[in-house]
Amino acid sequence: MNGITASTALWYSSRATGIVALVMLTAVVVLGVAVNRQSRLPGLPRFGVVGLHRSVSLLSVVFLAIHVVTAVVDPYVTLRLTDAVLPFGASYEPLWIGLGAVSFDLMAAVIVTSLLRVRLGRPIWRAVHWLAYVSWPVAIAHGMGSSTDMQSGWLLALAIGCIVAVVAAVAWRIAGKANAAPRPARVAQVFTQIRRHESVRAGGR
Amino acid sequence: MNGTTRLRVDPTRCTGHGCCAELLAEHISLDEWGYPVIAEADIPAVLLRDAKRAVADCPALALRLSREAY
Amino acid sequence: MATMTAQAQVSHPGSASGLAPGRRLLPPAGLTLDQHLVLHGPPAYRGRLGALVDELRAAGLTGRGGAAFPVHRKMSAVLSAGGRPVVAANGAEGEPAAHKDKTLLALAPHLVLDGLQLAAEAVGARDAYLYIHRAGRVSQYLDAVLAQRHAAQVDRVPVSVVYAPPRFLAGQESALVHRIEGGPAVPRYAPRLVAECGIAGAPTLVQNVETLAHIALIARYGAPWFREAGTPEEPGTMLATIYPASGKARVVETAPGTPISALLDVQAAQAVLVGGYHGTWLPAARAAQLRLSNTALRPEGAALGAGVLAALPYDRCGVRETARVLRYLADESAGQCGPCLNGLPRVADTWATLAGAGPHRAARANLERWAHLLDGRGACHHPDGSMRFARSAFTVFGDDLRHHERGYCSGTNSAPFLPLPAHAPLADEDWS
Repeated sequence: MNGITASTALWYSSRATGIVALVMLTAVVVLGVAVNRQSRLPGLPRFGVVGLHRSVSLLSVVFLAIHVVTAVVDPYVTLRLTDAVLPFGASYEPLWIGLGAVSFDLMAAVIVTSLLRVRLGRPIWRAVHWLAYVSWPVAIAHGMGSSTDMQSGWLLALAIGCIVAVVAAVAWRIAGKANAAPRPARVAQVFTQIRRHESVRAGGR
Repeated sequence: MNGTTRLRVDPTRCTGHGCCAELLAEHISLDEWGYPVIAEADIPAVLLRDAKRAVADCPALALRLSREAY
Repeated sequence: MATMTAQAQVSHPGSASGLAPGRRLLPPAGLTLDQHLVLHGPPAYRGRLGALVDELRAAGLTGRGGAAFPVHRKMSAVLSAGGRPVVAANGAEGEPAAHKDKTLLALAPHLVLDGLQLAAEAVGARDAYLYIHRAGRVSQYLDAVLAQRHAAQVDRVPVSVVYAPPRFLAGQESALVHRIEGGPAVPRYAPRLVAECGIAGAPTLVQNVETLAHIALIARYGAPWFREAGTPEEPGTMLATIYPASGKARVVETAPGTPISALLDVQAAQAVLVGGYHGTWLPAARAAQLRLSNTALRPEGAALGAGVLAALPYDRCGVRETARVLRYLADESAGQCGPCLNGLPRVADTWATLAGAGPHRAARANLERWAHLLDGRGACHHPDGSMRFARSAFTVFGDDLRHHERGYCSGTNSAPFLPLPAHAPLADEDWS
């Protein structure tokens, strides 16, 4: 395009903030698994990993808000604010935008229940939190389908990088579950560790 | 209301993340396996905010603040 | 109350005066329902809520499951909680050395079940549970007994039998609740008492089967009769499983206040284990001076517990016996709580080291560090009780530990003395 119009600026802002939000949410998923696996990030205390997981997720909400608002305000495509939360009713790319709405709804549930987790109690908080693993794939599908940006060039490479990161994180998560002995076998596992003079303690992740 | 404010851990939920010991070092330490040793004492008012943060931030939601009779 | 006692004396030849203190709970042979009714009469139902509680307070009955909690207070707690209460008879005697509950259920099930019905009436429960280990003939027998009582309309509240897995912790109160709800028999952490919030959230009265048998007798013969045995602070009789230094183990009905030397051949023993595997070792000479009561035992750091008294003969090695039991206790951890899961196996392994020859300094340092580290940090008292057992052994068998370090053991008889289950739990034998 030749000149930068206000519309173009809004359109670029929406795409850019969308991509940034996707990268941040990728980081959130990886950090979430890191919390679960009780791993440490160099230089950070234990609650640093937890804190980073939360901070990045809240920051991604900010970028998502801008991503949605700029898309709605931009006259180039006719999107209503409700299209961001009510899926598949948009007049522009209803499928791909709809996926964005689904992802956003799931994310909102995860974040709201996390902010209220003490009051809601562990069973509800945990059950809803699992939806994060649904929200992310839907988000990247939305990202790659809604515009051609991430379908070629370095943005495609970025998208693939994010997918690889999340797949690795999920594998890491599953490995943790596999390592954790079922209850009847836990004590035996500790005796094995003692015999091998391991100082690693049992019961964690 | 008379009573003490105590921090209690559900040991069946705790998996030894250890965040609580960092957030409330004056009251919680970790044993050699990474599990919290919580002081059997009232949480003074000045530590209450940190205690609430420890409860909210525990990844396993294993901590509780409870008002108990002496 | 006086009228009820008089009624029992008037209408039934097997009246209170016929029950000597050593013969209240355990008949010489198992009684059929008819024999039971001839001896004791029908269950002394009161016909109204809460009526029995005052009598139980007057009788001073405390729980015979190990915690010795006043029964009337537990019942009052259930009554105040409102809702639809439930009662459970805890016959899951997971302690390998204790046989009193099994014996009582085999010889006098009707006393236990009468007590269960009376407890249900007292708290207004309309559901009752009998929680027992699945043990072949006795379980079948109890099914038959329950059917018989139901047919004869002796029972007013339906009793459901729930089986406990063969694990040490299965009889723990919250594990019982968990199992009856359909889950595994592992303890749960709950800020609220089981009496207020138990099975499916209902106020739940859990009583050991021996306690229920006492309730059945008190309801018929009255509080003053109950207090004719025992001490003023610890009235009534109690069942104990006795392991003499020489001779067969047996279950006896005795009373608090009885000298330990009257129950055990302490002179033939080097040490006495009081309470069970969550109990305390005492030097035999000290035990010989003590009476069997919580009042006498508490200053020594001991308690009646599961009612086990074992006199360790001179020819055995206390260190090896302790190491064996600690290995069992570690294997019986539910594995839910970090301190217990990590601590007990290490303590057990350390004692296994102490039972062998070689330098013990590191082992001793470890035990010192762990001595009180596990207390109160589990969802149940398994770590606390196991460490109490271990600490008392460390004190009582101090000389033997020094011998072991130098490479010799004073035990000439390597046969195990303290009873443990024949096989270790299988890795996939869950608490279900």
